[in-house]
Amino acid sequence: MTPRSLLMRGGRGGAIFLAVMALLAVVVPVLNLGLAPDAALHLPDYWVTLLGKYLSYALLAIAIDLIWGYCGILSLGHTAFFALGGYAMGMYLMRQIGTRGMYGNAELPDFMVFLNWEALPWYWWGFDQFWFAMLMVLLAPGVLAFAFGWLAFRSRVGGVYLSIITQALTYALMLAFFRNEMGFGGNNGLTDFKDILGYSLQSQHTRVGLFLATVVALTLGYLACRYITGSRFGRIIEAIRDAESRTRFIGYRVEYYKLALFTFSAMLAGIAGALYVPQVGIINPGEFSPINSIEAVVWVAVGGRGTLYGAALGAGIVNYAKTWFTTAFPEIWLYALGALFVAVTLALPRGVVGLLARRKGGTA
Amino acid sequence: MNLRETVHEMTRRDKVFDFVNRPTERPSRVDISHNTILYLEDITVSFDGFRALDALTLYIDAGELRCIIGPNGAGKTTMMDVITGKTRPEAGQAWFGQTFNLLRMDEPEIAQAGIGRKFQKPTVFTEHTVFENLELSLAGPRGVWHTLFARLDGAQRDRIAEVMEIIGLQDHALQRAGSLSHGQKQWLEIGMLLMQEPQLLLVDEPVAGMTPQETERTAELLTSLAGKRSVVVVEHDMAFVRSISRTVTVLHEGRVLAEGSIDAVQNDSEVRRVYLGE
Repeated sequence: MTPRSLLMRGGRGGAIFLAVMALLAVVVPVLNLGLAPDAALHLPDYWVTLLGKYLSYALLAIAIDLIWGYCGILSLGHTAFFALGGYAMGMYLMRQIGTRGMYGNAELPDFMVFLNWEALPWYWWGFDQFWFAMLMVLLAPGVLAFAFGWLAFRSRVGGVYLSIITQALTYALMLAFFRNEMGFGGNNGLTDFKDILGYSLQSQHTRVGLFLATVVALTLGYLACRYITGSRFGRIIEAIRDAESRTRFIGYRVEYYKLALFTFSAMLAGIAGALYVPQVGIINPGEFSPINSIEAVVWVAVGGRGTLYGAALGAGIVNYAKTWFTTAFPEIWLYALGALFVAVTLALPRGVVGLLARRKGGTA
Repeated sequence: MNLRETVHEMTRRDKVFDFVNRPTERPSRVDISHNTILYLEDITVSFDGFRALDALTLYIDAGELRCIIGPNGAGKTTMMDVITGKTRPEAGQAWFGQTFNLLRMDEPEIAQAGIGRKFQKPTVFTEHTVFENLELSLAGPRGVWHTLFARLDGAQRDRIAEVMEIIGLQDHALQRAGSLSHGQKQWLEIGMLLMQEPQLLLVDEPVAGMTPQETERTAELLTSLAGKRSVVVVEHDMAFVRSISRTVTVLHEGRVLAEGSIDAVQNDSEVRRVYLGE
């Protein structure tokens, strides 16, 4: 397939998605860096970070849509992979603090000094190197997903049972990461980051840089998923979703296909987490919370599953609503989220994207 | 056994896990040198005490077209489940040709070895087009990496076109399989079987819900396949069975009740008693 056909394969919705990405990559830096802070159109710094956060959520949503929309695997624990990627990035950022921490210890992060630890635990080795941390951003979620998927898919665990186990997985990780003895900062998590690759995280330019990195990652992640779903592999994945045993009787090893897809999806979620952490400035065990995973599934359902760009749109809509609600009416956000999910399930089985397509009288 | 022996026993490379022990080179084609493609011997399957198959013994010759009939609950579908790896029998032997031990293989392995199956209820990929359904069934490598980068070459496209012609769906190539009529779905599933180029086809009630013309064409198709391939058909429609089959096997309560030409079977007093209710 030519690169051109890959860009066009998402149909009109996909083309709009790519256009929006290109637009964001130009408009946000120009409005933020190019205009004086008091100019009318100036984009405040916090908006750059907020948009970057939404886009990293959108990447997580695409990762979920890939397995749920195309293969019918409903993971209710996908933020576990997101958080692991985030922790890998957080560990790198912690090591960059160096002597600028409260205790001024060049080797140990503050929380370890506070716990009277003498030396860096072995699993923190190497995280002072950016390349190693980036490798772990992929490997930590990837290996966990591979091991988990190997056991689950080989035993032919599927449907609601798999969803429940993924909930248990992320819950267990949350409890583990809450423990100080784990060596990941306990309930405070990792925070107080100073700089990334030598650039200060407080600087406006670094923030724009991180935003652009997120745009690029989301675009490439989208295109990778688009390639996968457009290949014969992707058609087999959908065949598994629609008639699993038929696929087996044709001679496909269903568990390998699910495993490959699930692992890839987990790594995408890890990348999303790694981009999220430097922009929000903290990662703590709350990110493993099962409710976060369910929320992420709601984004996909709201946007419209099985389209990829719908998932990204859903992540944007729901999170913007969340930002607005939690400022205006903090108490009722969870009710609003629940009502949204029910409304979408009952009235919009194909999500907002499906609604737009119906309005236009064609397929988006 | 003392500790040393135990450790030795546990660390024997050929005994640790059966995947280590797997023969590295599986025969790629079924060996039919003894002119028998399928051996089922003393196969027994029970569900909650009910004996679905009771020491069933059945042989299918290479190139044969065999019909299996029997009342509901006789074990016809269970037999197909055993052959295709879906159900494991408690006892018995099942061999595909001389070399494939079916009881040690799972569904994808059996399918790749050359046994294709058509289900009673037509099972096609409803969200895919007719063309894509056939593409996915195409004989060839089934690995994850392969399919991620696979492209159809000219010969494969021709093959798909040819099969679409055979099953009469050449004008529906880009139609979603879910929107086909019942008979067309049956045909598409038969087409998917053909794409796999199996040596043994198991066909469960192929003409259920078909019009007389469709039934006739199905009979022609199955007859034309026999010879090069072996075909086992489970069917209730006696007229259809009479039109295609030379040898008929009657199953009853999980066992072979009678076997022979259709006339011999229909005149068998035992068969008349249990099957025709006389």
